[in-house]
Amino acid sequence: MKALFLKYWRIISHPSKHYSLGFLSMGGFVMGIIFWGGFNTAMEFTNTEMFCTSCHENLYAELQNTVHFTNRSGVRAICSSCHVPHDWTDKIARKMQASKEVFAWVTGSISTPEKFEARRRTLAEHEWHRLKANDSLECRNCHQFDYMDFTVQSTRAVNQHSTALAGGDKTCIDCHKGIAHRLPDMSGVDMAGLD
Amino acid sequence: MKALKTLILVASVAVLGATAVTASDTTATLRNGPIDREASAPRFAKVENNDIKRKRAYPMQPPTIPHKIDGYQVDLRVNRCMACHSRRVTEATQAPMVSVTHYMDRDGNFLADVSPRRYFCEQCHVTQTDARPLLENQFVDIDELLKASQSGGH
Repeated sequence: MKALFLKYWRIISHPSKHYSLGFLSMGGFVMGIIFWGGFNTAMEFTNTEMFCTSCHENLYAELQNTVHFTNRSGVRAICSSCHVPHDWTDKIARKMQASKEVFAWVTGSISTPEKFEARRRTLAEHEWHRLKANDSLECRNCHQFDYMDFTVQSTRAVNQHSTALAGGDKTCIDCHKGIAHRLPDMSGVDMAGLD
Repeated sequence: MKALKTLILVASVAVLGATAVTASDTTATLRNGPIDREASAPRFAKVENNDIKRKRAYPMQPPTIPHKIDGYQVDLRVNRCMACHSRRVTEATQAPMVSVTHYMDRDGNFLADVSPRRYFCEQCHVTQTDARPLLENQFVDIDELLKASQSGGH
């Protein structure tokens, strides 16, 4: 074991005998591009609607009834628009968390619609907590407060947005729960965002 | 026997003839077209969203909803309307509280929360649209009736 380690240590700690410096540095550069590009492409693939809906088709069906799927201007959200951070570092962190979800998939802990319904409240709470903690970052990737025109909002919307939201007391998810999926049993949850 | 046959023949011709006439006729209806053809669907009416209370046509009328309720979930799990209209939150939301009758069971006992028989808001409360009425509304307000009977009577 030690001999093997020493053998490889000798190879990488000595100058190359057969390959030129140019070949090695260019080779490293090209391989770097391939690996880095390949990694990002694979990660982006896990952000596509096709990838998500290969398991979560029931949630996709729910989304189809909402304004985040079809609306007058044709701008729509896909799963990752709301469920995955857009910044690279945060995205990597979320993807690492998602490895636990892969484990759940392998063990089949939520393999039927009934199992999903039984856990819908818990799963929804995870997302509420995440969005509460990051000040509804994924909402704000599209819905930017600075560019909201209160004159074209309804009176009720203006009342809430110009006070609680503007002052930072509340964040989007406090009131806007269940905007893309059906809500779970909400007993005990404050839907008006008063808590 | 011959008479019966003649009768059947005459009747069939009459029926067929009547059908032909009805089918080609542009009957005066509300459906914008002949009866044998699919009429074009009217445009969707816009839902009123101005938060201004409408007058009630009579005292017991359930108030109409002066705002959009698109995607509001009202089922066993959650009642989206009550997020703003329940007793607990009306101070913060300034929405009208559902009336006290909604907290009563059918025997008139008051409950702590909305009675199950009043749970589904849209059974009585509906949004209003800018759709033009197909027929003129001939409803007469009770005040008008009283006024008419007082001035026109005795």
